[in-house]
Amino acid sequence: MDDQRTHIISALVLHKPGVLQRVAGLFTRRGFNIESITVGTSEQEDIARMTIIAKGDGKVLEQITKQLNKIIDVIKVRDLEPENTVKRELCLIKVHSPTEKVRAEVVQYVNIFRGRVIDVSPETLTIEMTGASDKIDALIDLVKGFGIKEIARTGPTAMSRGIKTI
Amino acid sequence: MRGGEALLKSLENQGVDVVFGYPGGQLLPLYDMIYDSDLKHILVRHEQCAAHAADGYARASGKVGVCIATSGPGATNLVTGIATAYMDSSPIVAIAGQVPTGLIGNDAFQEVDTIGMTMPITKHNFQPITSKEIPEMVKSAFYIAGTGRPGPVVLDLPKDVQEQELDFENDVKITLPGYKPTRKGHPLQIKRAASLIGSAKKPVILAGGGVIISNSSEELLKLSELVGAPVTTSLLGKGSFPEDHDLSLGMLGMHGRLPANFAVDKCDCLIAVGCRFSDRTTGKISEFAKNAKIVHIDIDPAEIGKNVDVDIPIVGDAKIILSNLIRAISQNKMSSKSMEWVNRVKNFKQTCIPKMSFDNMPLKPQQVIKEISEAVDDDTIMTTDVGQNQMWMAHYFTSRKPKTFLSSGGLGTMGFGFPAAIGAKVAMPESDVVAVCGDGGFLMVSQELATVKEYDIPVVICVLDNRYLGMVAQWQNLFYEKRLSHTHLGESPDFVKLAEAFGVAANRVERPGELREVLSSAINSGEPTLIDITIDPDEILPMVPPGCGLTEIVGEYKTESNNSEDVPYRETAKERAGD
Ligand SMILES: Cc1ncc(C[n+]2csc(CCOP(=O)(O)OP(=O)(O)O)c2C)c(N)n1
Ligand SMILES: [Mg+2]
Repeated sequence: MDDQRTHIISALVLHKPGVLQRVAGLFTRRGFNIESITVGTSEQEDIARMTIIAKGDGKVLEQITKQLNKIIDVIKVRDLEPENTVKRELCLIKVHSPTEKVRAEVVQYVNIFRGRVIDVSPETLTIEMTGASDKIDALIDLVKGFGIKEIARTGPTAMSRGIKTI
Repeated sequence: MRGGEALLKSLENQGVDVVFGYPGGQLLPLYDMIYDSDLKHILVRHEQCAAHAADGYARASGKVGVCIATSGPGATNLVTGIATAYMDSSPIVAIAGQVPTGLIGNDAFQEVDTIGMTMPITKHNFQPITSKEIPEMVKSAFYIAGTGRPGPVVLDLPKDVQEQELDFENDVKITLPGYKPTRKGHPLQIKRAASLIGSAKKPVILAGGGVIISNSSEELLKLSELVGAPVTTSLLGKGSFPEDHDLSLGMLGMHGRLPANFAVDKCDCLIAVGCRFSDRTTGKISEFAKNAKIVHIDIDPAEIGKNVDVDIPIVGDAKIILSNLIRAISQNKMSSKSMEWVNRVKNFKQTCIPKMSFDNMPLKPQQVIKEISEAVDDDTIMTTDVGQNQMWMAHYFTSRKPKTFLSSGGLGTMGFGFPAAIGAKVAMPESDVVAVCGDGGFLMVSQELATVKEYDIPVVICVLDNRYLGMVAQWQNLFYEKRLSHTHLGESPDFVKLAEAFGVAANRVERPGELREVLSSAINSGEPTLIDITIDPDEILPMVPPGCGLTEIVGEYKTESNNSEDVPYRETAKERAGD
């Protein structure tokens, strides 16, 4: 058996009620582990793109892809090769920053990570960062010391590099 | 035209001649429209049986079966039948009533999330929110149910949608961009399989329900004879190959025939067609066909490599693939058909012909199956329930034709046999239909005696009456120190009186030699009949314990050549198999 690996599965699905439930239900029922799942519109009307991050060995992944393909509302499924894939996640972080000094420090980190401050209050700064998941993890680590009030992450969405589409 | 009428018109366009149903509040509009239509509707007495009857109809005829139930409790009652059909790839369309669209999600009276509830047990499901969606949805539902790997589709029909007006179009187009079943097998894979099979010394074919669904029994027989490959079947594959043929090994698996279990253990090439390698068929996976290269032909790509690792997968329709395979093998002219293997299998078969004749009282189940076999003909459709009755039938009954042995395999649903027989008889009125049931399972659905009486559906029910939940008791006896926890059924009911209360003819059989006559005349009477057969509760069918390899059988098969009661089976059989 080959090793456990994190896979990026990209799927085109009909943009219809219930389709997310069909996909999510399949994972629960068959005992597949999902790390994250994102859904949004695609370049085609009536078709949504799902990006699923899941862990498993080759055999599990083969089953996941085949079982997804069996869902009538799923049009296409592809296991993206990590090295030929661009993958981005959006994260919002609300940091406790009651003083001028803290705010300056936070902003400095945000700049290094090419994030943005999108909301300020006397008590908090809210950061927006888009990037690879491990970069987001690193930024969160850095600002953790100031006290994090809230984090919202979308989970990664992805597509193949170059001219290739799924 | 209103939504409900559009549904009925669409059913008619699909060639539906009969539905099995049970009305209720949220279906009042539809039933009011059925009142004026030509659709034949059979009122069952429990919705579960509507689903099983539709399933039996589908399995016997190959056409899509249709059942109808109201919202809430009607829909939940359908669930067991839908799941049964799903596990066995049987095409049914189940129509459920639903509360009006405006009330959905409010926990309205008799509301249940039918779509959510049936997602994991259907191939697909639909809920029209406006009536104009109905024609396309019905057409899609039948297309999905009946093509590829068949399966159940649910149509969840809100009450207001049934009454809403629409302009009906006869030839609607369906668009299912995510549904394109593969039919033709990959030519290269077929080539590879042909050369593997051609060079095999000890080939065996394992035929599953897919052979029956794809009508490829003829091709199966050809392939088997061409390469000298003996054929075993899964439970659902019974009937795909004539079991009285020289090359038939009988059923494989936990309750399989000796020659089948041993041949699969010994073979060097296993050609599996339209089967999904269920644990009841394979036994311990690491031991399964461990000497063989495996070719797996199936229309569902997800079945390839799911349970058993295979060497040559071929995805597609068994009929097309088998005929291409036969052509490729014949062209190769390298078929090294090994008479040695065929003869060895034949000889082994000769040494373990099951002993069927017993003049004991209470009746031995083997004797019962023997007399049933003598009373029916090749075209008689046999249904079974679940439990020992099912395994006795599967093990001992000789099936000769596809679509004549109907049994709940994957889900193992008690209560399947009788309503499935009703569906089968309605689908195939020219065929005789006999249901072989356990006393426990029959009692779960005995209210359908009213249905067969009212509609004059002449099925014959053989109740194998051991007063036990026999199969569970068997496991308790073998694996739980004979602690028979809640498996004795006691003296009630008197099945003959029960049938008579419904106005159904009934007989009791207790002696060897009686059943054949009683069953023959029941079949010839053209009336629904119940036969209560008192059998020995202590007879145990040998089995492969769960988690064991297919040759690790406990209990002794009583064969014609070996009557001794106390020779441990394992040694003798292994010797005979030439180990
Ligand atoms: C609906 C359902 N409930 C429970 C079971 C578990 N079960 C399997 S076989 C069996 C005993 C069946 O007894 P009976 O119908 O009398 O048949 P017998 O085994 O005695 O032939 C039971 C309870 C089942 N398969 N289906
Ligand atoms: Mg019983």
